[in-house]
Amino acid sequence: MQFWIIQGLNSLSLGGLLFLLSSGFSLIFGLMRLANLTHGAFFMLGTYFGATALRAWDGLNLWITALGAGLVVAAIGGLFERLVLTRLRGNTLGQVLVTLGMSFIIADGCLVLWGGDSIPVPTPQSLQAPTRLFGFVFPTYRLVLVGCAVVAAVALYYLLERTRLGAMIRAGVDDRQMARAVGIPVSNLFTIVFCLGAGIAGAGGVLGGPILSAYPGLDADMLPLALIVVILGGIGSLLGAFIGSFIIGFIYTFGSALFPELSYIILFLPMILVLAFRPQGLFGRVVT
Amino acid sequence: MKWLGIALIAAAFLLPPFLAGDFYINLASQILIAAIFALSLNLLVGFGGMTSLGHASYLGVAAYISALLTSRYGFGHGAAALISIGGTVAMAALFGVIALRATGLGFLMITLALSQVLWGLAYRMSDITNGDNGVSGLTRPAPFGISLENPVAFYWFVLIVAVIAFATMAIFVSSAFGSSLQGVRDQPRRMAALGFNPWMIRWITFVYAGFWAGISGLLYVYYNKYIHPTSLSTTSSAEALLGVIAGGSGTLGGPVVGAALVLLLKNYVSAYVERWNMLLGLVFLFIVLVMPAGIVPGVTRLIANLGRRSR
Repeated sequence: MQFWIIQGLNSLSLGGLLFLLSSGFSLIFGLMRLANLTHGAFFMLGTYFGATALRAWDGLNLWITALGAGLVVAAIGGLFERLVLTRLRGNTLGQVLVTLGMSFIIADGCLVLWGGDSIPVPTPQSLQAPTRLFGFVFPTYRLVLVGCAVVAAVALYYLLERTRLGAMIRAGVDDRQMARAVGIPVSNLFTIVFCLGAGIAGAGGVLGGPILSAYPGLDADMLPLALIVVILGGIGSLLGAFIGSFIIGFIYTFGSALFPELSYIILFLPMILVLAFRPQGLFGRVVT
Repeated sequence: MKWLGIALIAAAFLLPPFLAGDFYINLASQILIAAIFALSLNLLVGFGGMTSLGHASYLGVAAYISALLTSRYGFGHGAAALISIGGTVAMAALFGVIALRATGLGFLMITLALSQVLWGLAYRMSDITNGDNGVSGLTRPAPFGISLENPVAFYWFVLIVAVIAFATMAIFVSSAFGSSLQGVRDQPRRMAALGFNPWMIRWITFVYAGFWAGISGLLYVYYNKYIHPTSLSTTSSAEALLGVIAGGSGTLGGPVVGAALVLLLKNYVSAYVERWNMLLGLVFLFIVLVMPAGIVPGVTRLIANLGRRSR
């Protein structure tokens, strides 16, 4: 019983992390029609920043670190969008290739700066004590992580559905040309959304640090999971990213625990099923 | 003029064994293998409009099957090659069915995800694939009793395969089927209205490209006598894609030139610096921003312009 509950919690926390990663990816794709392959690298960059900051200053607050790293990664993402991606508007293939190139540059840069050994990220002291609930013992940090994802999901939902900025983004997603025609600065929206997505990934990287630790190849491990999440949930759909993250969180965690060698093959199955019966994803719309 | 060009190209491929040392002959073999691989990817990217970021899967899987069968299970090279190509084609057929549920960016993301999953498998299933250590201690085949251990003999072998590959792929794209493929790339709805089946045309091309990628994977593992999960990685797929795009996708000569450039760059640069991935990323940015049509179309246009001016 303890096994199932602990693995269930691990699944939830991995799902939470995946949501932080894939929500930004999905948002960027929805608005910009851009498959941002740098997203895994942004996540890894966040983890490395967090690892460095938390190890350098003892007792630094994790939330402040996550916020700081998120802002730095958002700034890097914004620069990349302004300097490179804007030049390639309308050239979908070119944009994808450039984000791929950027992910190689960031990944290799991390290898130069931080070396090849994995760097553990300390769990904040206040969250180290286990939580007892209903007679079971849970690692507190993982519970908190699930909470973070839910908070992020609610905040993103509020931003998209209840604010002026969100209304402009939704208009841009639905009909870019019409949005431009009624005076919405779509080009600025692109930059904002790209920064936002990169920032969430960076902050998510810091929060994932205590579980995953920072190591070279983290980006290559996380990106396919994010891709599978958005293919499953429907590209561009926030709800799809949320549900998809937890589905993949469960499948991957239980798969690794029960059939360690086959966990990667088990990841195929939901993707194949969804593509076979609902190619646009569980909550996706048919893109015209 | 045209015949002079063909003669020059033929000479460039036929002369190395007589003039160059082993180092350069080996380099030339590697270039030819990379060229076959890039040409097969070009069928998808250039002629089919299907940008795949997982093409290394087919190279890697063919190489792994052959490596494991010959080194562990005592198969002969002939049987191993047949099984490996058969397996690769079957996998391409299956992956094609999955990936072609989508087009455009969806296709790209699915191929990337599938190839990453295979890469992860090669790393994690270490009792079968030997994980991060790779499979070593392999041998080269000896077709008709001619050993290919000697660099020159191996070069001739690869050259023959490469010429066959180039010729059959050239026939493939200039055939009626190739025209319908390009039609599907440009106007899928119109082609469907004309009674063609765009999905089937894409799928057949996907499987055919997987076949040639598998052949290049066999040559790859014969050359290196070693295989490691990196061969299945996104970097490996991306190198080939860079070659196709840098050379000029949708042309026949472009991918050969591009693959040669990427390989030369990789060989010469890694002799001085270890930062190949960073350089690969920078070259990607450079090519896409500065030379989006690729080198071969760019140079062809340049020559055409010069010719017009001199007249």
